[in-house]
Amino acid sequence: MLSAQLPVLSLLIFFPLAGCVALFWLGDEKKVRVFTLAVSLVELALALPLLGFRLGEAGFQFVEHAPWVASWGLAYYLGVDGISVLMVALTVAILPLCVLCSWSYIASRVREFHFCLLFMTSACVGVFAALDLVLFYVFWEAMLIPMYLLIAVWGGPERRYASIKFFLYTLAGSTLLLVAVVALRIAGGTFAIPELMQKGYSFDFQYWVFLAMAIAFAIKVPMFPFHTWLPAAHVQAPTAGSVLLASVLLKMGTYGFLRFCLPITPAGAEHFAGLMIIISLASIIYGGAVALGQSDIKKIIAYSSVGHMGFVTLGIFVFNLRGAEGALFQMLNHGITTGALFMMVGAAYERSHSREISDNLGLGKYLPAFMGLWGLFAFSSFGFPGTNSFVGEFLVFLGAFQRQAWVGFAAVPGALLAAAYMLRLTQRMAWGEPSSVSGWPDLNFREWAYLLPAAFFVLYIGLMPGVFYKVMDASLQNMLSLMQRPVAHYDAPPAPQKSGGLLQAAGLAGREGGR
Amino acid sequence: MDFRPELVISESFQFLVVAALFFQSLLYKVVSIRMRSWLPWVAGLGVAVNLFCLNTQGTMFYGSYQVDQLSQYFKVIVALGFFFASLNATRQPTLPHEKRYDYFLFMALSAWGLMLMASAVELITIYLALELSSYSLYAILPLRSKDRQAAEAGIKYILFGAVATALALYGFSYILATQHTSYLATLAIYTWTWADSPLAVVGLVLFLGGMLYKLALFPFHFWAPDVYQGASNETAAFVATLPKLGAMVVLIRLGALLTPGLEITHLLAILAAVSMTWGNLGALAQRDVKRLLGYSTVAHAGYMIMGLMPGNAEGLAAAGFYALVYVLMNLTCFWVLSRVAADGRNLYLEDLNGLHRRSPAMALALAVGAFALVGLPPTGGFMGKLFLFTAAWGHGYDWLVIVAALNAAISIYYYLNLVRHAYTQDQPGREPAAQPEPRFSAFWAGALALLLLFLGVLPGPAFNLALRAGEALLKLGG
Repeated sequence: MLSAQLPVLSLLIFFPLAGCVALFWLGDEKKVRVFTLAVSLVELALALPLLGFRLGEAGFQFVEHAPWVASWGLAYYLGVDGISVLMVALTVAILPLCVLCSWSYIASRVREFHFCLLFMTSACVGVFAALDLVLFYVFWEAMLIPMYLLIAVWGGPERRYASIKFFLYTLAGSTLLLVAVVALRIAGGTFAIPELMQKGYSFDFQYWVFLAMAIAFAIKVPMFPFHTWLPAAHVQAPTAGSVLLASVLLKMGTYGFLRFCLPITPAGAEHFAGLMIIISLASIIYGGAVALGQSDIKKIIAYSSVGHMGFVTLGIFVFNLRGAEGALFQMLNHGITTGALFMMVGAAYERSHSREISDNLGLGKYLPAFMGLWGLFAFSSFGFPGTNSFVGEFLVFLGAFQRQAWVGFAAVPGALLAAAYMLRLTQRMAWGEPSSVSGWPDLNFREWAYLLPAAFFVLYIGLMPGVFYKVMDASLQNMLSLMQRPVAHYDAPPAPQKSGGLLQAAGLAGREGGR
Repeated sequence: MDFRPELVISESFQFLVVAALFFQSLLYKVVSIRMRSWLPWVAGLGVAVNLFCLNTQGTMFYGSYQVDQLSQYFKVIVALGFFFASLNATRQPTLPHEKRYDYFLFMALSAWGLMLMASAVELITIYLALELSSYSLYAILPLRSKDRQAAEAGIKYILFGAVATALALYGFSYILATQHTSYLATLAIYTWTWADSPLAVVGLVLFLGGMLYKLALFPFHFWAPDVYQGASNETAAFVATLPKLGAMVVLIRLGALLTPGLEITHLLAILAAVSMTWGNLGALAQRDVKRLLGYSTVAHAGYMIMGLMPGNAEGLAAAGFYALVYVLMNLTCFWVLSRVAADGRNLYLEDLNGLHRRSPAMALALAVGAFALVGLPPTGGFMGKLFLFTAAWGHGYDWLVIVAALNAAISIYYYLNLVRHAYTQDQPGREPAAQPEPRFSAFWAGALALLLLFLGVLPGPAFNLALRAGEALLKLGG
């Protein structure tokens, strides 16, 4: 098979980086935009070999392996399975849309902006494709810098506050992830993720490693008590920043749960499942309730993200196939639908120069195409049958009821809330008393170009989800079976001298210790 | 006399630099050559010479002076640091013209002392090399026009330094009295538990104190922020980086004596933890960028000590690698400070506002330096931290790794502040006409930033050198 020899994933990671470098030689703003668009389309074409993904195989495909720092066991190890291939595809597909939706929105420092976009893309693809813990961590952190700059330089009036909050929250969360990485290396003897998934660890070890990883991922998702950075970042970020944030970055948190927490520390995950389910339910209800009270359109969508991601984590922590499928579907769906909604808010903002609902009333009469698409995405957002989110939410509900009935029932108000705030918003935008909209043009060609692909996938996944099942099922089943492996009663190779650390240090002048 | 010149090519080269500076200092009324026209290039040649001598090995002076992989590795870093520091200092606005030659003479002398220190494997030799490098620093610290703070910084450094040295000598006497040798190789055979020889332990702790003073580890850290603040930007760049190398190389050699579980190791672990926390918390409150970097040094001293905890080759190598990264990160930040403060004043965070418009290259270099100090990939700072954490985990000091990780979280705020001021805050009112950046400063800032990124993406070559050094050291000492 040709695609097996071609280093597809490396190309996907390094091609945008090469594009970044080339940007420095382009002076003209227009040229920069066209060039970046071209790069993003070529990147999309480079992802085509991923269509050769062999369905029904649980293992990793398109694997690339090369030593990196051999003396420390670091490897350049890439590969995708049914979970990550979808995320890689989503990341690559979002890039051209981001370029298009910032075509006229971003007017200053255009080159640097597109530099950040391309850099983000390579880091995000890297996160989903990395199979070496350290490589994963490198991409995971590297992506923070361009995202910080996207918010801090091109953001709204409160951008300084929002960007620093985003940066501090996520980086502080992931410092303990690094400790977990180190601990796994010592206990498992390798940085390679597929091998670490096969090993057994003691319960105590799993308990602490799960906690260290879960905090990092929960902040990224974000789950309920850690969500406060998200609305600030979403509202202040430029459109493309919001789209990337919603479509790709938030997925990294849930991807982390699927890739690390469940297969590597199953006993820890099982132990904390109740708590995680309750937090997920809290996110769903809280996100919906707060969204109901907002008057800023972007804030409504930001809080709706908290609710939607709550569904994803709920699906993950019910530990059954339906739930996991639903979670993965919701990750995709949220990326498409919420990304599209953010792009539409950006388009509305370019006309009204306001994100308040009250300044965007009555668009239905003058901007029918705009409102029609908005309606589609809004319906998709609360899971209307026939749209993509219905499939995902339905599966999550199925999984939740399979686990315990009360879990399923507790999530129902969340779905109702979603319908409430989305319909209320849509109604006012479509039929409200018009606020000086008569002069605004309807969607132009560029806007059609970035909204139609999203609309297509909303309906495609909604009506024919079959092929996606086939892609993800084998890997998810494999993941769930890995969770069944027994807890080890030892902590891998015992350290040469395991002293009590602090306890012993406290008895500093004592007689213990020594060679 | 047991002297083999072929072993000490790199030191000899540095000595020739010192000698040349000495003669120029004597004859400056007769021949006056501009410093910047020759010194940096000779220092750059020195880096090449040191790289060339990387594989030299042997001992001389009856085993008190040892040229091995560790010493050669550190000599390369000293040469590299001296190159950048002297390049930086040639454009020093606050240096009185007539003292120019003496300044560089002492700077080169100090670097020479550090090179000797890298090879010293006997306590008296270590002590002599330490003093050689310190005395030169005492002389250059107050050289900042007629600045009173600089004088204060000089006095502080001398007084604290003298006390620390006295303590080290006192400790040395204990070691000699109880173990009857001053050779590290022999000392490594003894056990260093409190139970076996309490006096030796006390002596070693006191001797370590002298090194920890150079490293600015808690509780010997008080001088760092004040001295950096008082000294000129360029002098601070030197003081903040190179002397730490001397301290680190000696600590790594002594690290071969330490095993996990010893009282001294526990003590060092606690000091490291306190040092990180203290330094990071102190830095949070700073407005003066040099004071901020001073406190950050205290925190980084704590990180570096982590490498000594496990007492194996990996740990020592991690510490050695981190020393290299540390020097480069700080030189990058100080380079930017020195260039931005064209009149040589102290910079406050607000002075960095809008730097990305005034000089994009400086802002970018500062961002790389700051993110490296945080330990963010893809910079060398991340790789350094990863190596340190991995080495220290699983030897009974897991709590120290967790403390270090939490400290990294604290430190994000103030390092990010540097970037935030440079990138997101514009100077109100003054919309600066983008003046063309001097090629010189942009080029070398870029070189430093690229080096940091290179160490982050491909740490292999440098790290393997450190690892070989660590392995050789343990084979010899153990």
